[in-house]
Amino acid sequence: MELLVASAIGVLTAGGLYLVLRLRTFPVILGMSLLTYAVNVFLFASGRLTIGAAPILRDGVTTYTDPLPQALVLTAIVISFGMTAVVVMIGLGAFLGSDDDHVDDQPQTDVTNSEEGA
Amino acid sequence: MSLLFIVALPFFGALLPGLMNAAGRSATAGVTFTVSLAAFMGLLSNLPAVLAGEIVTARIDWMPALGLNFTLMLDGLGFFFALLILGIGLLIIAYARNYLSRKDNMGEFFTYLLLFQGAMVGIVLSDNILLLLVFWELTSLSSFLLIGFWKHLPEGRQGARMALTVTGMGGLAMIGGMLILGQIVGSYDLSVILQNRALIQADPLYVPALVLILLGCFTKSAQFPFHFWLPHAMAAPTPVSAYLHSATMVKAGIFLMARMWPVLSGTPEWFVIVTSAGLITMVLGAVIALFKHDLKALLAFSTVSHLGLITMLLGTGTAFGAMAAVFHILNHATFKAALFMSAGIIDHEAHTRDIRRLGGLRKLMPVTFMIASLAALSMAGIPLLNGFLSKEMMLEEAHQTVMFGSHWLVPALATFGSLFSAAYCFRLIGHVFFGPVRDDYPAKPHDPKPGLWLPPAILVVLVVVIGIAPFVAEPFVKLVTASVLGGEAVVPDVHFKIWHGLVPALFMSVIAVVGGLLMLTMFHPALRIWDKAPRPEAKLIFEAIIAAALRCARWLILPLHNGAFTRYAAIGAVTIIAVGYHAWSTGTVGAPTREIQPAGPVAIAGWLMLVAATGGMVLMHRNRLLSLILIGIVGLMVSIGFVFFSAPDLALTQFSVEVVTIVLMLLALNFLPNTTPVESSVLRRVRDSVVAIFGGLATFGLAYYYLLRDATGVPISEFHLANSYKGGGGTNVVNVILVDFRGFDTYGEIIVLGIAALLIYALTETLLGGPVRARLLNRKPDQPRAGDTHPMMMVVLTRVMMPVVLMVGFYIFLRGHNEPGGGFIAGLIVSIAVVMQYMASGFAWTSARLKYPYHGVIGAGVLIAGFTGMGSWFVGKPFLTSDFTYVRIPPFEKFELATAALFDLGVFLAVVGAVMLSLESFSRLARRSNMADSEFPMDIDPSREALNTATPNDAKEGV
Repeated sequence: MELLVASAIGVLTAGGLYLVLRLRTFPVILGMSLLTYAVNVFLFASGRLTIGAAPILRDGVTTYTDPLPQALVLTAIVISFGMTAVVVMIGLGAFLGSDDDHVDDQPQTDVTNSEEGA
Repeated sequence: MSLLFIVALPFFGALLPGLMNAAGRSATAGVTFTVSLAAFMGLLSNLPAVLAGEIVTARIDWMPALGLNFTLMLDGLGFFFALLILGIGLLIIAYARNYLSRKDNMGEFFTYLLLFQGAMVGIVLSDNILLLLVFWELTSLSSFLLIGFWKHLPEGRQGARMALTVTGMGGLAMIGGMLILGQIVGSYDLSVILQNRALIQADPLYVPALVLILLGCFTKSAQFPFHFWLPHAMAAPTPVSAYLHSATMVKAGIFLMARMWPVLSGTPEWFVIVTSAGLITMVLGAVIALFKHDLKALLAFSTVSHLGLITMLLGTGTAFGAMAAVFHILNHATFKAALFMSAGIIDHEAHTRDIRRLGGLRKLMPVTFMIASLAALSMAGIPLLNGFLSKEMMLEEAHQTVMFGSHWLVPALATFGSLFSAAYCFRLIGHVFFGPVRDDYPAKPHDPKPGLWLPPAILVVLVVVIGIAPFVAEPFVKLVTASVLGGEAVVPDVHFKIWHGLVPALFMSVIAVVGGLLMLTMFHPALRIWDKAPRPEAKLIFEAIIAAALRCARWLILPLHNGAFTRYAAIGAVTIIAVGYHAWSTGTVGAPTREIQPAGPVAIAGWLMLVAATGGMVLMHRNRLLSLILIGIVGLMVSIGFVFFSAPDLALTQFSVEVVTIVLMLLALNFLPNTTPVESSVLRRVRDSVVAIFGGLATFGLAYYYLLRDATGVPISEFHLANSYKGGGGTNVVNVILVDFRGFDTYGEIIVLGIAALLIYALTETLLGGPVRARLLNRKPDQPRAGDTHPMMMVVLTRVMMPVVLMVGFYIFLRGHNEPGGGFIAGLIVSIAVVMQYMASGFAWTSARLKYPYHGVIGAGVLIAGFTGMGSWFVGKPFLTSDFTYVRIPPFEKFELATAALFDLGVFLAVVGAVMLSLESFSRLARRSNMADSEFPMDIDPSREALNTATPNDAKEGV
């Protein structure tokens, strides 16, 4: 089980990294979403894996899984939605404004030309 | 008046001129004058205490842990400088009122001036060297604004930049020196540091500290080899030059040397560095000044020369030298400010400052002639004027100084410098005022209104009074000298007299004056030699150094930081992997403490789906819609994983977030191209794959290792489990942590979420307000539209589901404290219910039925959560302390009322508002394209057609 979760984190990270290194905004955003999953699962797994012991207090039950990482990841999930939405908006705005959805600036002018003489 | 007020007044007063700008120029100048006058009077109110030898202090603890406190101290030295700064400041303000033209923004000018004044007063009154550094940097910044005040002049901008660079670099060095000094003594309070001369001078770090502090002083006070910025700063308006270069800015370095004199001076290092820098500066400045044709440039180099003179006097390390330095600071401030203002008058009236185009002004401008001549003669060292007295003391001190084993080196150089000093003073008088009246001035010169000549005249009165009756200034100068010496030496028992008898200093003085006159007669041949002689141009050297630094920075930074996100991401990923590998290979890992749990077929199936979906995304990411579907599968598997591993709350959250994220991405994809073209080379893709695989392996390894080991410390989770019900009144520990134990975190996060949503809204507004709007409106859909965009089946279904979903949301919210659920999840569920209506019936129809704007919902949520938190203040508890009780209303079961539920309501509202505002913003973009809005809930409505024929007015009714 541990092997499955750890490898899932690894696969998500690898896929996310590859997509983040692409040149257009949409795959980069998807890559960041994958990385978000990886990070959230990674954080969640820091409470170690327990099956059938949700942190809902019951009479007579003494074993619960670690609730703290869950609480932290819960807010992280919601915040990552906000982050994704902002990044999508920025990417969209850039595309609509310039008709170009490249992540990097496309070479146009020489950097040195924009400097004012000292 | 408290010292705190004296320092604070100019800073707070700086708000006023800008406000008064609309009230007219006199009102602006008047309010500035009043502010300065109030500070000046406040300073004078401390005069009796200072005269009595007391040290006035004021203190506010600012950052005691860092040793940085707002401590102020007023002794003789501080009083003397503050008097110059505020007193001459008053004259400058009056002068500037008449000098600046209508085109200049007077409010802006006086704001900068007051900021600068406050920073200067702060320097001279600081008792804490860290505080002093803060003010020191403030003077650099505010002087930058003042020097570059005429933004349209390139010389002004370049001069300001040069001044900021040079003084800023010096300030940086000085921070280092001051920190070393504070470390040696163990305190950053000046009053403590000044008591520890022996400790400081015995410390091995004394020399580095000294050099660093002197770098700060020399750059600020324009000492060789940092003297070049001062003449370039002359591009400033003349009131600025008069203020900065006579009494304030450039004297800050001198002040600090005087302040630190008791602990830093008297060593061979101090003597050699300070005296030689002072001597070189003095001679160099005087020689260059003689051959300058611009009046202000001449005065600038003469200022450099006189600053060198004062530095040299402080460098000798004797009590007499310090006293001469103090006296000359006073005298120089009076005659130099008057001279700068006179130069400004000439520029103002004759429209030129070029000495070669002037001459004969004696008859045209008699008042200015009197003022300028008296001040210049004082500068030349002519008896009965104050410059003579301090210059003679300087020559006397130089006569006594032995340098590098030579008795004549210092006196000879001092006399040589004085000779040139006298020469340029005579040239100033002779070439500007004497000679025939010309008829080719750019403007007809005449004496200005008293507003311009009165301020320098007041200073010249001082020049004459001190010159004739030196005993007037003597007690004050001795008082200031005593506080410079700080108990390390005794104030010399000499009296200030015009006639000392036939002492060597008198002969040196005579040589200087006579030599100066002779020099003037030979001026034109000398000028020809000067013009032919090769000289290094400081500005070119400075620019070359800056350009080299820039090239170096580019060479270092551009490979890493060239504006390409992809490159940053790759560098970041590789760095993190490398650092992680380093930690891994150098650390130790304990033996596994946990058993591997067996994996059933369901888990393996879920894992396979996740891996397949991720792999599919990577392989088929060019088909954007497909990859969006695949990421939905990934999210679904993650949610199921959360359920499987005992995290129902997370699963609910992840699942509902997944829905809104996909909706959002679909909205965005509506505008973006549907496919990603192949652009990167095979090599590049291989490189990226390698980075990705290593990153994946690293996280895999890390996760796998820690999943098999227990935490080494004791986690705080046990506390939460034990206290969730007892302290928080809920059995869902995750929810209790969110709304109670870590409520402050959650509060911060809903604010962040709200800000993100507002940011999206603002970006949408910007886009729709700009050129993008037209493009959106003219946009043609890239795929055929559905004939029925709002299908009846979907509309009916969403209407039916709406109350059910709302009920589920409500239920999830209420039970959140004890069972999986809570504000976050309920908020997402309710958002989905509303989004369904948008999807079914379109933007216009839904927005028209919207009662509350989403911004308001976010705000209400944050406010409710905040007020709930503040509620605990009323019972004397800290922010967000929770409370709960159980009540029973007869027909119902006993139930719980908790303040945490109210807080959760805030979370709920903020989440609903934020999610909806984001989605709504996206759909507003879509709405502006060429799709027609429908006011009807659905496009094809059988009942509407039937109604249309019967009663057209009821058409809008129905669903």
